[in-house]
Amino acid sequence: MKNSSRRGFMGKAFGAVAGVGAIGSLYAMKKSWDPLPSVKAAGFTTLDMSAYAENELVTEKWRGKPIFVLKLTADMLKAMKSKKNDMDRLIKVDGSYYMVTIGLCTHLGCIPGYRPETEDFLCACHGGMYDASGDVTKAPPPRGLDIPPFKIDGTKLVLGEEGSEYKAMKENGITL
Amino acid sequence: MAHFTKATSVKDWFNQRLAVEKVEKVMMSEYWIPKNINFLWAMGMVLVITFALLLVSGIFLLMYYQPNVNTAFDSVNYTIMREVDFGWLWRHVHGVAASVVFLIIYIHMFTGIYYGSYKKGREMIWISGMLLFVAFSAEAFSGYMLPWGQMSYWAGMVITNLFAGGSLHADGLVEWIRGDYVPAQAFLTRFFMLHVLLIPLAIMGLIGLHFAALRIPHVNNQDGEEVDFDAEAKKYLAGDKAGSKVMRFANDFMAKDMMVVGIYLVFFFYLVFFHYGFAMDPVNFDPADGLKTPAHIYPEWYFLWSYEILRPFSTDIGLMAFAFAQVIFVLLPFLDRSPNTVPASRRGLFQIWFWAMLVDMIVLTAMGKLPPAGIFSTIGLVAALTFIGLWIALPFITKMEKKA
Amino acid sequence: MKNKEPLILAVVIFFTIVTYYLVEPFAHSQMHKHYESEGFAYKDLPELTKTGDATRGHDLVMGAGACTGCHAISKAGMPAPMSPTDSAATYGVNPPDLSNAGAVYDAKFLADLIKNPAHALMVEHKFDPAKGKVHPMAQFYGAGGDMDQEVADMVAYLQSIAPKGEELTPAMAFETACGRCHAVHYEKWTQIGTKPSFKKKQDELAFDTSVLDYQDSLKAYMGKLPPDLSIYIRSRGEHYIKTFVENPQNYLKGTAMPRVGVSEESAEKVIEYLEDSGDTKRHERESVGKNVMIYIIIFAIFALLWKKQVWRDLH
Repeated sequence: MKNSSRRGFMGKAFGAVAGVGAIGSLYAMKKSWDPLPSVKAAGFTTLDMSAYAENELVTEKWRGKPIFVLKLTADMLKAMKSKKNDMDRLIKVDGSYYMVTIGLCTHLGCIPGYRPETEDFLCACHGGMYDASGDVTKAPPPRGLDIPPFKIDGTKLVLGEEGSEYKAMKENGITL
Repeated sequence: MAHFTKATSVKDWFNQRLAVEKVEKVMMSEYWIPKNINFLWAMGMVLVITFALLLVSGIFLLMYYQPNVNTAFDSVNYTIMREVDFGWLWRHVHGVAASVVFLIIYIHMFTGIYYGSYKKGREMIWISGMLLFVAFSAEAFSGYMLPWGQMSYWAGMVITNLFAGGSLHADGLVEWIRGDYVPAQAFLTRFFMLHVLLIPLAIMGLIGLHFAALRIPHVNNQDGEEVDFDAEAKKYLAGDKAGSKVMRFANDFMAKDMMVVGIYLVFFFYLVFFHYGFAMDPVNFDPADGLKTPAHIYPEWYFLWSYEILRPFSTDIGLMAFAFAQVIFVLLPFLDRSPNTVPASRRGLFQIWFWAMLVDMIVLTAMGKLPPAGIFSTIGLVAALTFIGLWIALPFITKMEKKA
Repeated sequence: MKNKEPLILAVVIFFTIVTYYLVEPFAHSQMHKHYESEGFAYKDLPELTKTGDATRGHDLVMGAGACTGCHAISKAGMPAPMSPTDSAATYGVNPPDLSNAGAVYDAKFLADLIKNPAHALMVEHKFDPAKGKVHPMAQFYGAGGDMDQEVADMVAYLQSIAPKGEELTPAMAFETACGRCHAVHYEKWTQIGTKPSFKKKQDELAFDTSVLDYQDSLKAYMGKLPPDLSIYIRSRGEHYIKTFVENPQNYLKGTAMPRVGVSEESAEKVIEYLEDSGDTKRHERESVGKNVMIYIIIFAIFALLWKKQVWRDLH
């Protein structure tokens, strides 16, 4: 019957128009769920690298996570220079070398403890260990401590921004 | 265990378990609606759409609103209005819809009164509808508390003070309702609970009851004619769609419903984006201050007629008049002593009663907003007395009515 | 059956509009007095008769005018004599930096202000020398020559160092004209300046304490703390704010708020700043609104067409 197929068409057309409105509403709803501008703006932490002492682990905060900052002594550096992998994990700012990593064990997320006497990290939860460059030395952690996005700005480090050194680290698989 | 056979199709699988086809027939395609109706019959669907808008916008407001007396105001006017993407949109939709829903409710109510849709088997539709009006009123009041502006605070103060019962001095009851001596943190969070959980559940339950009460008597029509739905349905299903006095709810009536909804939404969204001041009173953009009453306090427009009945009289008489006004509409099916289920235009004195009641409620609404002084308070007193007089007169007018 | 729907629609619309009119425009007109703006003409102040010379004005401002004894002029390298909080404790209020004054304030107003502060500011009801209360800003008694010429010179100097045209942003206009008394926490503005973010809690608390001390001095000076204006554009509206700023005594007789003397352009910028604070998404609302209106009209047309199709068989 001609009528029912025409009626079917108009009904479907109306349904399509209503569908467009529904999609528009879903778009607005998705945007309302997004993190707020103030949350995204708070996602940057600036560290003044001149304030750190050698072989003294300082825990900073970035996006709610603990950040390990360790300034390396000359001896620690000498030991690392023989292992290229370790050197690639370090950040050089104003002539000194620093290990800057997210202070969460890559196994299941506990915060490993730093032992200045042995210059390494021991995670109390399951016994994982990392050396002073953050590289994993004893299982179960699957990889070294992750490195947060950073940008070198003179004597400061801005966490949350991706500088060229960070991008290079990512490309070389040093960090995820 | 009931007998089940191997399903022949997906539809058959669902039919055996949920009787989906039978449900669809009962609720949609074989729910018969008289053709002799006008667009006012679509107000129910308009209310459903508006309630859905309130629910959805409310969900997104709920994600960011903070029910704490120190942060509530800024969580709305800073976080939601400035920071959240489209937060301003949900706030405007919610505020405008909360106001417009009462315009539609009043149109819907007065349609029912005009056409006698509360009589002869439809009393439960009317009663469940009035309960919905009470539930929506409580929902609107509790919602208005949440921004914790000056009007929120002082409306909360004044309305809870009503429960002191005038000379009864039931101050203990008032403090119990508030959870404190004045509207404070306890007051805010309990009204938040009511607004977000308890009353919406009650509303949804009452909507179910309202629809159930409507299904068996079927919808009324413009002439109040008693339609033989079975006979007319047979005619329709036999192919005589034009000759039958009824049509399907879905898609016949729904198509007209959607047209009315479409036109309504043009009006609605115009208000949301370009003309929303009536729904978001400026006084509530001052943060609540328990030590300073605003120069002019008034409820939202839909409560004004009720507020004005309270005002002209001394405390105790005013409270009694106010209580009378809340309850009297529910009793309409029983106060109307005439058996005539026809439109008011065919009911002699009742027609005059209807228009007098409508105009009187508009006068009460206007006077309720104005400062209670001079000519305005006189008009308000006359209108309040007229309201009471009209209801007392109703049984007598309708008893005398000639059979239509 | 005659189709009664047009009549019914007309009746519904009629009663709705009548109710709306009575409850909104009519009731509000009865509750609130309406004042027309005089366009910031400052009709009560004398016209300027002399053309000012900025160079002479500079010498007067730095010298005989003694302005920099209380006022900073950072544009000219003159720092504030005291911190805002200490100034407020001493004078009751923090004397403003004059770098922007030439752009923000009306010239007639500035001239009258220099000669008679309490009069220009319309606070003579509060600062009456006969009753022993003198305005903290001393009036200029002249440098020995034609006082009107000297005042015109000083005004010309202030105008010469002030930002021109669009250089004066809405935020600058607000902070200069209103910001020493009114906080706007939605824009992080306090009476002593924009609140920075602090790394150490002690520094944040020290800042907050300074603000509170300042506010105490201000409250003592004004009688009560001037309100935070974050959302005032929505609670008072543009017309009220403009006409209020023009003459606070109209709406709040006896108020301690001075007539601040802004020019019409500066008033517009102050309004824009307040809109940025209290009605931030207005541009988005208008553009999204336009698109939604177009969509919903199309929606209604399609609904109408569907209805017509479905009902063709039913008539």
